[in-house]
Amino acid sequence: MTRTANLSIEFSDEQAMILASAKDFCRDKSDINAVRALLKSDTGFNSDVWNEMIALGWTGLYLPEQHGGSEMGIGATIPLVESMGRHLLSTPFISSTIAAQAIMRGGSEEQQAKWLPALAKGAIGTMALLDNEDWGATDTSCLLSTEGNNFTLQGKKLLVNDAAVADFFVVLTKYQDSIALVVVEATQLANNAISNRTLVDETKRAANVDFTGVTIESAAILAKGAEILPDVRLIGALLIAAEATGCAAAALDTVVDYLTTRKQFGRLIGSYQSLKHPTVEILIQMDSARTLIYHAATLIGDGKLSEDTEIACRMAKAQAAEALSFAGDRAVQFHGGMGFTYDCDAMLYIRRAQWSQHQYGDPQHHRKLLASLLLD
Amino acid sequence: MTEHQGIESGELSDFRKGVADWIKHNTPADPGFLLPQTFMEVGSEQVLSFLREWQHKVWSSGYLGMAWPKEYGGGGMPRIFQQIADEEMKKARVPICFNVIGLGWAGPLIIDTGTDFEKETYLKGILSGEDIWCQGFSEPNHGSDLGSIQTRAERDDNEYIINGSKIWTTMGNYAKYMILLARTDSQAERRYNGLSFFLAPMDAKGITTSPIQKLTGDYGFTETFFDDVRIPASCLMGEEGHGWRIAMQTLQYERGAEAGAAGGVAILSTVMNDLLRIAKDVQRDGEPLMQDPVTRDNLVKFLIEEQALYLAENRVKIPALCADYPNSVALSTKLRGTEFFRRMRQYALTLQGASSALYVGDEDAVEGGFWQRAYMNNFSTTIGGGTSQIQANIIGEHVLGLPKD
Repeated sequence: MTRTANLSIEFSDEQAMILASAKDFCRDKSDINAVRALLKSDTGFNSDVWNEMIALGWTGLYLPEQHGGSEMGIGATIPLVESMGRHLLSTPFISSTIAAQAIMRGGSEEQQAKWLPALAKGAIGTMALLDNEDWGATDTSCLLSTEGNNFTLQGKKLLVNDAAVADFFVVLTKYQDSIALVVVEATQLANNAISNRTLVDETKRAANVDFTGVTIESAAILAKGAEILPDVRLIGALLIAAEATGCAAAALDTVVDYLTTRKQFGRLIGSYQSLKHPTVEILIQMDSARTLIYHAATLIGDGKLSEDTEIACRMAKAQAAEALSFAGDRAVQFHGGMGFTYDCDAMLYIRRAQWSQHQYGDPQHHRKLLASLLLD
Repeated sequence: MTEHQGIESGELSDFRKGVADWIKHNTPADPGFLLPQTFMEVGSEQVLSFLREWQHKVWSSGYLGMAWPKEYGGGGMPRIFQQIADEEMKKARVPICFNVIGLGWAGPLIIDTGTDFEKETYLKGILSGEDIWCQGFSEPNHGSDLGSIQTRAERDDNEYIINGSKIWTTMGNYAKYMILLARTDSQAERRYNGLSFFLAPMDAKGITTSPIQKLTGDYGFTETFFDDVRIPASCLMGEEGHGWRIAMQTLQYERGAEAGAAGGVAILSTVMNDLLRIAKDVQRDGEPLMQDPVTRDNLVKFLIEEQALYLAENRVKIPALCADYPNSVALSTKLRGTEFFRRMRQYALTLQGASSALYVGDEDAVEGGFWQRAYMNNFSTTIGGGTSQIQANIIGEHVLGLPKD
């Protein structure tokens, strides 16, 4: 019960360079007009920007060199994803990175050689995990059955991110009572298998995907799927936390901008302590999230995640989601009547907050699991 | 850790072992009364003499003022040694080195900006614990608003004549010296320019102190009155009219933003592990409290906050991770830390069930009533040194660029 906290946080010069260039890139490519222009688009992202990110090597940053990556570790993507959140730059990067991690950690040599080079070059992968609303579910009703040499899937997955543009899916399924991860290519899906959902966050895209009737070969079953699934979920939580932290900073900037320009009763409204102090609270909550995501990024490696890393990822996700929810909520309120409109950018942050909240487990889910790790 | 500024890591680890060994053989036995967690809780002669003896022992054994100049009672060693000694003393939860205003604020100020005479006169007594220091900044009508203080110091030949009063003087009734902020020029165009800074003797004729009973029922502070008090003009620190700048520098030491303190344990902090210890055996609704999901969720929230707080100390060492909001972590440390401890200690009381009603002095009080007293004493940190509300103003204005109110 009495454990010594791991307090390590490191950041190399190389990571500092990635952070600096990511900041510039995301700011240049994703100003608020660019973000709004994509809200009603089909894919939700600008393919030119996505191609530039691929050309910069971002999609291979954490992949092994032998598969076309630069092998800098998943922690190196944290500054990228934080910057994307800061500028609401949506691309399939997060979805694809999590799927790539599943294959890198759970795939055999052959499976890695088959998928990872394509991912480095910008192929889009995504995880298909949910049967229902429960991110904490450990079972699935999406079943894999065998008939001769063929394996057939039966079942639907909910809220699969970037499903409409994905080249392949890493699907959570069950084969003979054991959890398995299988890779399904988009070309294997039946017509109308993808049904897009209407999301609260209009910068994001997700769909329900029906895998019923898809047949796969045994080579598509990840060698260590069940074993690495918990780690993949934690990595997902950390990436969402990094994006949410960046977004909370964006919400803070928007609030500060308004508080330093808007006048009421003859004074700038930022001079009122009733607005000033909660704005400082946004900063403090965001700063805590930032500290925790870079702590997790320091600990996380390519091997099996340690207990300290698990604690760090869960704390990061819980804190970042709470920070963004608070920031988005106050951003709307502090803009007064303007905040109630679609034209006010606070709308973007409060909607993102609702999306980030549940992705890869909401704060209560993570705190519940942290309780077992820290209190028992 | 690798080498530290040319010191072999082996030398440092040997030193650490030496400190731990010394602590093992020299930590005083339980005196039978609750020891203070901070220097603001020294309310009786009994506590004072215990702490004075302990500080003298730490210093004379070479573990206090290790980085202060040798000629003034210090050790003349690299700071890292004091850091290691402090870490070990904190870990072992030894008593505090109580002369904090001397060790942490006045001492570093004198070392950084004082004259040779001032160093010669004051530093050694600070370290040995012989000369207790107090601070005279706040006044009854001017707490957080230091720029408006009214205590006057009028020059009269080779002396200053002091009139007025100060409040929240920690150990005012025991102190030999005071760092005193007083107004030397009431006509100054900017009110800050009229202030001067003194190293004043507390035994001067006309100084009286009146102990203030705290909400805990204990003592530790005084109100201090100056009635035509004459002090030598040589007590002026720096130049007349420079008091505000020197006071601000002192507050930097107080808020921990500058290194230079003599060392020793200044605060016995309470960490979440201490709180979990008291929650372990408590029953609620016929079941162990630690199985209650709401309690568990609350405890984990505190653990996340504590982890982020301690990690932030390491994050500030990485400039690339602090570029967006410069100084945000450093300027918010006091606010975050003190408010965290206040809420955490308040919560600790709810974990005691009916026993939370018992107070210091009752033999059945949980850990001697430590938590009840610690919660209330914690307000000295959320109020003193600039209230949390003032801290929030400072962060809003200096980090986020929000307008003054």
